[in-house]
Amino acid sequence: MKIKLAKEDIENPRIQLIERVSGEDLRRCYQCGKCSAGCPVSFAMEIPPSQVMRFLQLGRVDEVMNANSMWTCVGCLQCYSRCPQGVSVAAVLEATRQITLRKGTDHEKIKDVPFPFLKNAPQQAIVCGFRKFVS
Amino acid sequence: MTMKIPYYPGCTLNTVAKGFDATARDAALTVGFEMSELKQWNCCGATFPLTPDNLIALSAPAKVLSNARKEGDTVTTLCSVCYNVLKRTNKVIKDNKEKRGVINGFIDSEYDGSLNILHYLEVLRDKIGFAKLKEAVKRPLKGIKAATYYGCMLLRPFEDIGIDNAEKPVIFEDMLSALGATPVDFPNKIECCGAHLAMNNTGVVEKLSGNVMSSAVGNGAELIVTTCPLCQYNLEKSQKKLIEERPGYTGVPVVYFTQVLGLALGADINTLGFEKNEYSIMPLLHKKGIVPGED
Repeated sequence: MKIKLAKEDIENPRIQLIERVSGEDLRRCYQCGKCSAGCPVSFAMEIPPSQVMRFLQLGRVDEVMNANSMWTCVGCLQCYSRCPQGVSVAAVLEATRQITLRKGTDHEKIKDVPFPFLKNAPQQAIVCGFRKFVS
Repeated sequence: MTMKIPYYPGCTLNTVAKGFDATARDAALTVGFEMSELKQWNCCGATFPLTPDNLIALSAPAKVLSNARKEGDTVTTLCSVCYNVLKRTNKVIKDNKEKRGVINGFIDSEYDGSLNILHYLEVLRDKIGFAKLKEAVKRPLKGIKAATYYGCMLLRPFEDIGIDNAEKPVIFEDMLSALGATPVDFPNKIECCGAHLAMNNTGVVEKLSGNVMSSAVGNGAELIVTTCPLCQYNLEKSQKKLIEERPGYTGVPVVYFTQVLGLALGADINTLGFEKNEYSIMPLLHKKGIVPGED
């Protein structure tokens, strides 16, 4: 697949929004891949953390927004803990999640959450889950 | 005089993890401090927002901190997530004047970030001391190979939490050694259990928690000890699949550290909430001769 790489594609407003919400400078990532290696859930992500960073560096927002990666990230901060550049991919993924949720688009419907989970799970899982998946 | 430390239980310890709360309070009294529950508290929000612009999400934990400050300069907590959220929120309020103003505006407060937030393990290590804890042990956990599962929130990010080295922590092992147990080192002790994905992605949780369990048991663990109700829940639930898949595997008990703390300090065995654990610790305690009886 050929992609066009012009300055206006790389520095588009959607990228700037992700940088502003996440507080991260996407260009700091130099693609060493330690985040993807340490990430416990990268096996379940359509785009693993280091590639999320690369896609965004190239201005490819749709690929990242349409992948399951942001909903799969548990926010365990292993990526950030091991990044030699101090970048938090978890914050970048949370920014894409927040940008989606702030439009009022829920990822999870409360009525779809299994009742045994609501009854037996620790409250913190329910509160955290709703915060991560519901606007 | 017994040292009184203001205590924030959090929502889970007031509901499904009541035993975690009760065993911690009892053990505290035995080793010389009293956990004095905050007069007013609310849920911390159960997740620290990773996006720095999300200040509204800091209002709940800020309210906890603001109320706690009225009762002293220190607050202790047990749940790893509460600890993480309170400590990180406190740092934002302390270090960032502009954000402090906005957050205080949300909750009608003038809180300045001057609280010292201590995990219960830190109280044991820094205020009581593990040497003194060792002296208080009446029922040493001799011969028990126990894996210390830290998970994520007790350790990361290092610059905000700093309870111990984020890659090679020892605080938990040191506590278990003081109780007479043999700590088991294993590669997955700081890996995530799957956390809130238990809500809608149980396959991932089974895999992550299953990896933690396999890694611990593969390194000889007979018991898993945790500090977090959600880790405890995920590690217990994930074992059903391991039992189905692995002939001979019958499940390993996953308990709160305060349960084994109370056990070692000589508490009545019936007050430690072991009956609530899905995989009973009793056969192990009988086998090692720590509690008389047999199964």
